Amino acid sequence: SSGINAEWPLRPGYKLYFEGMAGLRVLVGCKRVIDYAVKIRVRPDQLGVVTEGVKHSMNPFDENAIEEAVRMKLKKIVKEIVVVSCGPAQSQETIRTALAMGADRGIHVEVPKGTEADLQPLAVAKIFAQLVEKEKPDLVILGKQAIDDDSNVTTQLLAGLLDWPQGTMASVVEHSEGALKITREIDGGLEDISVKLPAVISADLRLNEPRYATLPNIMKAKKKKIEKIAADSMGIDLAPRLKVLKVVDPPVRQSGDKLPDVHTLIEKLKEKGHIK
Amino acid sequence: SSGINAEWPLRPGRITNLCQTRSFIPTAEHIALKENLVKLIEKEINPHCEKWESEKRFPAHEVFKILGSAGYLGISKPVEYGGMGLDISYEAVAAEAWAMVDSAGVGMGVGIQCDIATPAIVNYGSEMLKEMFLPPTIAGDWVACLGVSEVGGGSDVAMLKTTARLDGDEWVINGGKMWTTNGAQADWMCMLANSSVGPVHKNKSLFCLPMNTPGVSVHRVIDKLGMHSSDTAEITFEDVRIPKDYLIGEEGKGFNYQMQQFQNERIYIAAGVIAALDRVIEATIDYTSQRQAFGQSILDNQYVHYKLAEYQTELEMVRALYHKCIDDYVAGEDITAIATMLKLKSARLARQITDGCLQFWGGMGFTEEVIVSRAYRDLRIMSIGGGADEVMLKIICQFMGTAPGMGIR
Repeated sequence: SSGINAEWPLRPGYKLYFEGMAGLRVLVGCKRVIDYAVKIRVRPDQLGVVTEGVKHSMNPFDENAIEEAVRMKLKKIVKEIVVVSCGPAQSQETIRTALAMGADRGIHVEVPKGTEADLQPLAVAKIFAQLVEKEKPDLVILGKQAIDDDSNVTTQLLAGLLDWPQGTMASVVEHSEGALKITREIDGGLEDISVKLPAVISADLRLNEPRYATLPNIMKAKKKKIEKIAADSMGIDLAPRLKVLKVVDPPVRQSGDKLPDVHTLIEKLKEKGHIK
Repeated sequence: SSGINAEWPLRPGRITNLCQTRSFIPTAEHIALKENLVKLIEKEINPHCEKWESEKRFPAHEVFKILGSAGYLGISKPVEYGGMGLDISYEAVAAEAWAMVDSAGVGMGVGIQCDIATPAIVNYGSEMLKEMFLPPTIAGDWVACLGVSEVGGGSDVAMLKTTARLDGDEWVINGGKMWTTNGAQADWMCMLANSSVGPVHKNKSLFCLPMNTPGVSVHRVIDKLGMHSSDTAEITFEDVRIPKDYLIGEEGKGFNYQMQQFQNERIYIAAGVIAALDRVIEATIDYTSQRQAFGQSILDNQYVHYKLAEYQTELEMVRALYHKCIDDYVAGEDITAIATMLKLKSARLARQITDGCLQFWGGMGFTEEVIVSRAYRDLRIMSIGGGADEVMLKIICQFMGTAPGMGIR
């Protein structure tokens, strides 16, 4: 009943779930970013934005990721949620938030304070790949993108490194018998796919509404374990591949004209040379 | 370390040097509590605030059930009755979170439920009373209110007229209560009444009074200047009979019990006011930075940004005293003097800052469409309720040794 299936000798430790209640292990990633409500200011050196003394929170899409894992655990599809964050010492706060929402334990991959901007998606994907080898989850859920760099690429890189199927920008996830039915939000509309586990998926905003932690869970989270690993002890090339040349404010938005009808709109568009 | 300064022997008992060393540092759990309570407020409560303001009522049973289920009604209450058993620093942080509600009356109702109607029963109630009243109140199934103020006596608590007369196995209660927050919706009241003949500070008792007892009636709900979503009721008692063992603690000690919970209440009021003023100043900066007049933003006028700087400076000083109060209280010190000063100053600063900021909003400040006008109305009560300014000043004078009859002259 531990679920180790003799039919897949190439995948030792791979847990079965068709027995129904054995339960998956899920690895969820979360990132500490500047809070979405903060008014961002560009640094004087134009190499980034001001982060010192600015409110930070869990990346909103990561909240969706944690929430989905918690819901799967409540439905008894998932047995254990391991939350991972790569970042400076304060990333522990983000992990604690996830623990308060219902994750079981955390792993903090620490980088020195001030170097977090150099930790880019490829390095993060490699870190996660190594953790996957160690923790052997059945499913990895990440937020689709971080609101600071908006890369939307870590999930895809990780799937590639692991050679696992991916379901990105998921807005619906349904589990049945070793596979996930996923609805993806793509530019053209909605796409339904099916991926076999183990897989990597990324959460979109409409996947769920993240819960607020109850006070009992906040206090319980205090006792949950967080394992700390120094990123530079993992034997991974963490060097950034992209270099930021310049960060500037977007141009000040010009005021527009309110037009009475479509006729006038077409006239104006012709006038400005936008249509012939 | 209590601060009695030996250099002024002519003023025995004069307390000086009140601000000393410690400062309240919130832990990760404090931060998590505040953030998650704010999320709850933003999700479950704020969407309905405009409706509740205009209806002049928030649905206490529904709201308290949501809060109770999330553990936020019993933060400092004993674990055996469903509470979290945490210290007042967590309650204070929760009070800060309540400043994020868009209708302050809801926060006021919650404050009564958690911090004002229940402490006496926790500290002095019999096991039977605790088991009966605490779990449903902490779970949010029952709404509680406090019955102390009366038409004839608000600040002058000793002069209240409601009587409780022992008749066999029952107390018979006659009289009424005024300014009862949650009064129109409450399931039970923690009620102070004259229970015997004797000196006015020694003849009163506290009772648990179920609001559906025959003879209890909500005479009217008061239409107020602010805190619109909170129902404030005038209640009457006509030959109301409750069981003998609904007495909380000892007969005659009611006045003392009531006075004791005031230290905490002052900290929570200050916590909420300080956080609300942070919000008002921030919103004012936001508005005035966008509003243009005479070729520049309102904020660019030196008078405006300097004035806001003055407000922020005073607010930080009050915040420092607030932190000191929490820290000293948790360390077991008697904070009566500084908590009284804290309550007095934060309420007065609220009047000053909301009035000053409202001016900077111009015409918009005079509309119901903005946060500053509501804060102006809602926070005005802080200099009156929870201990009027004049009562705070009297207490401080007693600490300074200057009150009449203290033998200084």
